[in-house]
Amino acid sequence: MSRDLAIIGVGMHPWGKWGRNFVEYGVVAAREALADAGLEWRDIQFVAGGETVRNGYPGYVAGATFAQALGWQGAQVASSYAACASGVTALATARAQILAGLADVAMVIGADTTPKGFLAPNKGERGDDPDWLRFRLLGATNPTYFALYARRRMDLFGATREDFARVKVKNARHGLENPNARYQRASTIEDVLTSPLVADPLSLLDICATSDGAAAMIVTSLEWAKAHGIDNPIRIRGVSTTTPSYPNPTIEMPNFATDSAAGIATPGAQPHRGFKDSIALRAFEEAGIGPNDLSCAEVYDLSTALELDWYEHIGICEQGEAEQLLRSGATELGGRIPVNPSGGLACFGEAVPAQAIAQVCELTWQLRGTATGRQVENASVGLSINQGLFGHGSCVIVST
Amino acid sequence: MKRVPAIDGWFTQDEERPELIGTRGVESGSFFFPPSLAVSANPNTPFEARESVRFSRTGTLWSYTTNHYSPPEPSVQTAPYTVCAVELATEQIVILGPLATGSDASQLKIGMQMELVIGPLFVEDDVEHTMYQWAPLRNPVTPTGDPV
Repeated sequence: MSRDLAIIGVGMHPWGKWGRNFVEYGVVAAREALADAGLEWRDIQFVAGGETVRNGYPGYVAGATFAQALGWQGAQVASSYAACASGVTALATARAQILAGLADVAMVIGADTTPKGFLAPNKGERGDDPDWLRFRLLGATNPTYFALYARRRMDLFGATREDFARVKVKNARHGLENPNARYQRASTIEDVLTSPLVADPLSLLDICATSDGAAAMIVTSLEWAKAHGIDNPIRIRGVSTTTPSYPNPTIEMPNFATDSAAGIATPGAQPHRGFKDSIALRAFEEAGIGPNDLSCAEVYDLSTALELDWYEHIGICEQGEAEQLLRSGATELGGRIPVNPSGGLACFGEAVPAQAIAQVCELTWQLRGTATGRQVENASVGLSINQGLFGHGSCVIVST
Repeated sequence: MKRVPAIDGWFTQDEERPELIGTRGVESGSFFFPPSLAVSANPNTPFEARESVRFSRTGTLWSYTTNHYSPPEPSVQTAPYTVCAVELATEQIVILGPLATGSDASQLKIGMQMELVIGPLFVEDDVEHTMYQWAPLRNPVTPTGDPV
């Protein structure tokens, strides 16, 4: 039996800094996704919400929040917290329900209103919370970690600030006509290089903003889709919600240290380059395909330099070759493997619990051939990938 | 002025030769830092006891960055400030720490030798709260023991 799911509807509320309640955004995304699927809200049997902590407690941004806003209709519900990966953890939950035969039609939804400026830990004096302590003792903001990785690329692989800027220029161009993107304006290398330094070597335009936004999708079993006249839906082929493998040699947010590679090793374990390498593997295995089969990818470009890391982690080039791949134009629209055709976080900014869902929405439009102004030619297989705080990986592979 | 560590139990208070205090798994031999936070166990020995150990005082610079914006609460740093990641050879671990007060960030280079020192983090009510810091090693030596 196929373990694929059908994506029969997607919808988003445009990203921005709208200053309204996140629930409003979610309702708009849900309405779009339902209209796209040709379904009524009452048809949804299961609601899977991406969750985040706002107002200091979880549950406020959750699946049930949207089930209530759309009108309690008795659907089953689950909410998933996985930081930036929350949306795909929610999708994985919906998939399990559908593949187990417990539901036919599910809505996966996430929305957020983010504060201005740096993402910061919750208030209070919390000496046992690594997220609080990294700000207190180190001033280690998220861009601090992005910059540590970026500097490694410069030292190990000869990356330059111009290379990082090229990622921004590419993504800004991709997002120019994306109606859901917060920023629809071109950037030049000069713009990036002359924007204020945030965490050396990264400047303001190398680092993604935090945004308001919402995304939703309707997924069903292939059998249900077929029975309802949808013979060739976009299919979800693989979903990964991978945790790291010990010893992870990369220093991850919000940690003070890596794992130690000393001590007894796991039998048969190969030395590895870090958590991000393993995230896509599971999804590729499930889908039964490899990196060479991809038409396009949506990767989590929290920073421009991080997009280059992802090229290697998803296997579209070898370690140390990402700058070369970028410079060749392969990852631009029209190239061999366009990356972030939506414009990526560079054009969106992150709306944490919605972002991983938004990535899959984009892939759906690409594979349908309806991504006006940013269409990847003949797109048939897409990958989205993402990493959330505290060891949450996520990856989705979709195909026609 | 009275000096107290900003965090208890993470580093010794020897002003001349401070050491990080970590733990070591008694079965796995793996090292863990910091001692008081949840970190990944070695999955081969998830329930092993851990003993307190002092880490190597010196390591090599893995990466670093200077921040040009002052961070949000509960941070106490004022921009510009530099964060270093230093790799310890024996423990095979990379540990974040502030660049030592008074050190010149423009002289940093990945791979250079660093050592642990203690420096001020912030002052509150006439008490100086201190933190471990990474400083370029004063008398670096090559792996064979020769002066650089």
